[in-house]
Amino acid sequence: MDDAKAAKKTLTRADLAQAVFREVGLSKNESAELVESVIEHVCAALERGETVKISSFGTFLVRQKSERIGRNPKTGEEVPITPRRVVSFRPSNTMKERVAAGNRQRE
Amino acid sequence: MIRSELIQIIADENPHLYQKDVERLVNTIFEEIVTALANGQRVELRGFGAFSVKKRDGRIGRNPRTGEPVEVPPKHVPFFKAGKQLRERLNRAG
Repeated sequence: MDDAKAAKKTLTRADLAQAVFREVGLSKNESAELVESVIEHVCAALERGETVKISSFGTFLVRQKSERIGRNPKTGEEVPITPRRVVSFRPSNTMKERVAAGNRQRE
Repeated sequence: MIRSELIQIIADENPHLYQKDVERLVNTIFEEIVTALANGQRVELRGFGAFSVKKRDGRIGRNPRTGEPVEVPPKHVPFFKAGKQLRERLNRAG
């Protein structure tokens, strides 16, 4: 990895599009559109309540939370938190190992 | 949905692309995210969510079978937080 990339703290869609452009050799425009499309399909599947399982990456799960009583931290007032669906992500063992190893090395 | 189904959807929507390139496309996206996290970077995808690395302190754990204390070293773990737009999409009324 070069220094310019090492210095950068946060990657965005543009960086993913750049990687696709580099690795797949599609045009920059199409690379960006396809990155968007992949993200959108993952979101749409989650919206339908589907589990999205990407091998050697991880699993996105939609979980149903029932209503509970929360508290306004400022006023201390009790407010009901409505039932809702939340996304949880479980990284695969491969991802956990790579992230642990990479960050251990840099310490 | 699993990885191969995601690849198939993108391939079906883009008949002008080689299947091999669509596979590489999808694999590159996820690979870039893992590489970034392994390098201690964050990945922020507006509308979807953000991947980051969280540090877990070391602790004294216990071997559940023998009850023997074991040292668990500090480590870094991947974390995902869903973005505002995705949270809203999951909870739209009706």
